[in-house]
Amino acid sequence: MSARPAASLFSARILVLVMMAVSLVSAAPAQSQTTRITRVVSPGGIEAWLVRDTTLPLLAMEFAFLGGAAQDPAERPGIASLAASLLDEGAGEYDAERFHQALADKAIELHFDAGRDELRGSVRTLSENRDAAFDMLRLSVTQPRFDTEAVERIRTAQLASLRRRSTDPNSLANERWFALAFPNHPYGRPVDGTLASVADITREDLAGFAKRNLARSNLRVAVVGDITPEELATELDRVFGALPATAQLTPVADVQPQGLGKTDVIPLDVPQSVVMIGTDGLERQDPDFIPAYVLNHILGGSAFSSRLFKEVREARGLAYSVYSYQVALEHVGLWFAGTATKNDRAGESIKIINAEFQQILDQGPTQEELDEAKSYLTGSYALRFDTSAKIAGQLLQIQIDKLGMDYIDRRNSLIEAVTLEDLRRVSQRLAGARKALVVVAGRPVGVVGN
Amino acid sequence: MIAMVAAGTAAATLNAASAAGPDVTQYQLANGLTVMVIPDHRAPVVTHMVWYKVGSADEQAGKSGIAHFLEHLMFKGTEKAGPGKFSGEVARLGGQENAFTSQDYTAYYQRVAKEHLETVMTFEADRMTGLKLSDAVVLPERDVVLEERRMRTDSDPGARLSEALQAATYVNHPYQHPIIGWEHEIKQLNREDALAFYRRFYAPNNAVLVVAGDVEPEAVRALAEKTYGVIPRADTPPRNRPQEPEPQVHRRVSLSDPRVAQPSLQRSYLVPSYRTAKPGEAEALDVLAQVLGGGQTGRLYRELVVEQGLAAGAGAWYHSTAYDETRFGISASPRPGVTLEALEQAMDGVVAKMAKDGPDDVELARAKTRLTAEAIYARDNQATLARIYGAAWATGISVEDVNRWPDLIKRVSVADVKAAAEQYLVLKRAVTGYLTPPPAAAPAAPEKRS
Repeated sequence: MSARPAASLFSARILVLVMMAVSLVSAAPAQSQTTRITRVVSPGGIEAWLVRDTTLPLLAMEFAFLGGAAQDPAERPGIASLAASLLDEGAGEYDAERFHQALADKAIELHFDAGRDELRGSVRTLSENRDAAFDMLRLSVTQPRFDTEAVERIRTAQLASLRRRSTDPNSLANERWFALAFPNHPYGRPVDGTLASVADITREDLAGFAKRNLARSNLRVAVVGDITPEELATELDRVFGALPATAQLTPVADVQPQGLGKTDVIPLDVPQSVVMIGTDGLERQDPDFIPAYVLNHILGGSAFSSRLFKEVREARGLAYSVYSYQVALEHVGLWFAGTATKNDRAGESIKIINAEFQQILDQGPTQEELDEAKSYLTGSYALRFDTSAKIAGQLLQIQIDKLGMDYIDRRNSLIEAVTLEDLRRVSQRLAGARKALVVVAGRPVGVVGN
Repeated sequence: MIAMVAAGTAAATLNAASAAGPDVTQYQLANGLTVMVIPDHRAPVVTHMVWYKVGSADEQAGKSGIAHFLEHLMFKGTEKAGPGKFSGEVARLGGQENAFTSQDYTAYYQRVAKEHLETVMTFEADRMTGLKLSDAVVLPERDVVLEERRMRTDSDPGARLSEALQAATYVNHPYQHPIIGWEHEIKQLNREDALAFYRRFYAPNNAVLVVAGDVEPEAVRALAEKTYGVIPRADTPPRNRPQEPEPQVHRRVSLSDPRVAQPSLQRSYLVPSYRTAKPGEAEALDVLAQVLGGGQTGRLYRELVVEQGLAAGAGAWYHSTAYDETRFGISASPRPGVTLEALEQAMDGVVAKMAKDGPDDVELARAKTRLTAEAIYARDNQATLARIYGAAWATGISVEDVNRWPDLIKRVSVADVKAAAEQYLVLKRAVTGYLTPPPAAAPAAPEKRS
């Protein structure tokens, strides 16, 4: 139990990334001036960003293949997700059991996960087992087996998970929101599929996904730990060199959310209504993304001092968790707020959150709020870089977002430069956010669908 | 931060820090405050935590939830620093803060750039004895806690069954009540209850200060003397909780709810903790949890999911870090068409075989490798280290014990694991829980859209 919900509860918090291992200096060329990130390019042309750190005998790698669940066919969502779950279920000469044993015997951690726009992977290993870890990774991405036994077993687990989520208010609200906002677009489909679609996925679907999506052209890699740039260059070719040069991705259209101004209620017998309010936001590449990020921080991004926290939780005790966050997907920018509140006060909570959106868009924050937001956002920069996996995650996200190797050095000055005038401009650009698509799961009092 | 009793977090608590582990410095101030300093010089940040040796199991009968409610109220200001002052300052410094409550401890923390350590120590020391509460802040916060309970427990049938399982495991010890408290008792808690509890337990001689990060022990000592050192010692009560009798009967709890779309089986056994176990016993239970439930190479997964095809998933956990007798758990979810009775019978078979033969040599070696690797992985995260040593202290485990842990794990034999299973994984020590949909009810439930 804790006084405040952890940010990790709200997984969609795709926000700005930062640097800390800053002030680490190094001399190699092709390198950021003030950080020790090294861009490593293998003889075969595979790029990775490396922070070499030999303090501890371990290594963390984070990587992504761009594409993700948005590549799933309209009639069969869930292929990317199921394929990701199967990459470590047998590869090369290893069947699933022997594959897992080989990992466990050396305490190597290897995970894959599909998101809307990428399939992500991570490796964590002790330095002494680095060769074995890279071997297993190589097999999983270049020679996944998709054996019938493994496919059926993982399908069974996926279906059990979908059944569990079929009555969970958070999952229901989230899935319904995306379905209503993006009716004829890949973003409208559930990432993990449906009970019907997962039952239908074939081995050919999975192998086909791997063949088209796991390639060198859409690969992004970040590594932190006990390895030299030269060693990493060699390993990159060994691990990923056998992948096809170019991914065969289906183009995904840019899109805008539909249904703003509508409310949808999912009747469910729970004591508390889960509320998801979503509207227009900005894409990550947008020059106004940083001002919008600051604006959101003031509205509901800070767990401690945001307007939503003060009005909904502190002043009225309506909820334990209330927050807002931006989601910058590859083809749309979104802005969400959410809470969970007892049914008979759900209507009141939604009214307050809507009023706070209006207020901050119409009148903007005060100079004092802006100053405090900047102070927090720049000061907390360092905290995102205090473990190997966190640093690798940041380096990967910067690559995916195409922000450049020097982003880490620039980021705080971008925040510092934000003015009230910038926030006014962003508010005008986000005028559409005065209307939102509201989805409520529960038995909310005073909330009617339309 | 989530509840510390969650399955799985248990292992992470003590299972870390190796003999070649961090160089922890420990000393005591004249007023009885224990101080631990854990060096991590990789980034210029610190994690500052204060742990009080008081949790939900130290509550007076009829006041369940008061430890956790007080944790919330600790953010409401002091004589010197009015409401919001401390949190506002942490935010301005770019710091992160939170707190959490377990059955045995309550902890508060901030993560800040190292130059701000003195500031957060000053505020935290101030609220050790300076808390000031009015009904204007206490009453809305009680509603917040009730919403927290609705969110974590009441809205989730699986969590409700877990709560019942825990309550049934203990027939006499206060571990039987939930950390967040029973709803009818939370509703009665008030300002006077909170202040009485605060005055009784919050004192330097009942606390440990843990500082991890880019700091030197002597610098921390000087700051600690200046801030916490001036707080007088208080007469806090010794821990003397009613203990469990020797268990006599297997108990069963079951929950049928229309929202259960995926049934499951949970079981917990009453077992010793690191503090109460005979030498070597808790280590054997740690290894046993790995051998039975260590991911896809664990016995339960291999037997129930892979070999017999009865389950969609299965696992095990051991909540090793507890002051008194604790719990060992196993769980599984059936595949469609498999009854919980059939699954339970198969699960009993796996446990019985372990008690009869123990693990094989390969399983034993694998479990030890994974457990000892955790100790090295933990060193990559200063916040994790701070939590390991803080939780150990609050449950009667010393720094030396934590640092010896990997070596003790390496000494566990096949016979030790077999003996642990034989002695403790027996039905009279257990509660078995069934989570099911109502008989003949159609599961999966959101109604049609309104």
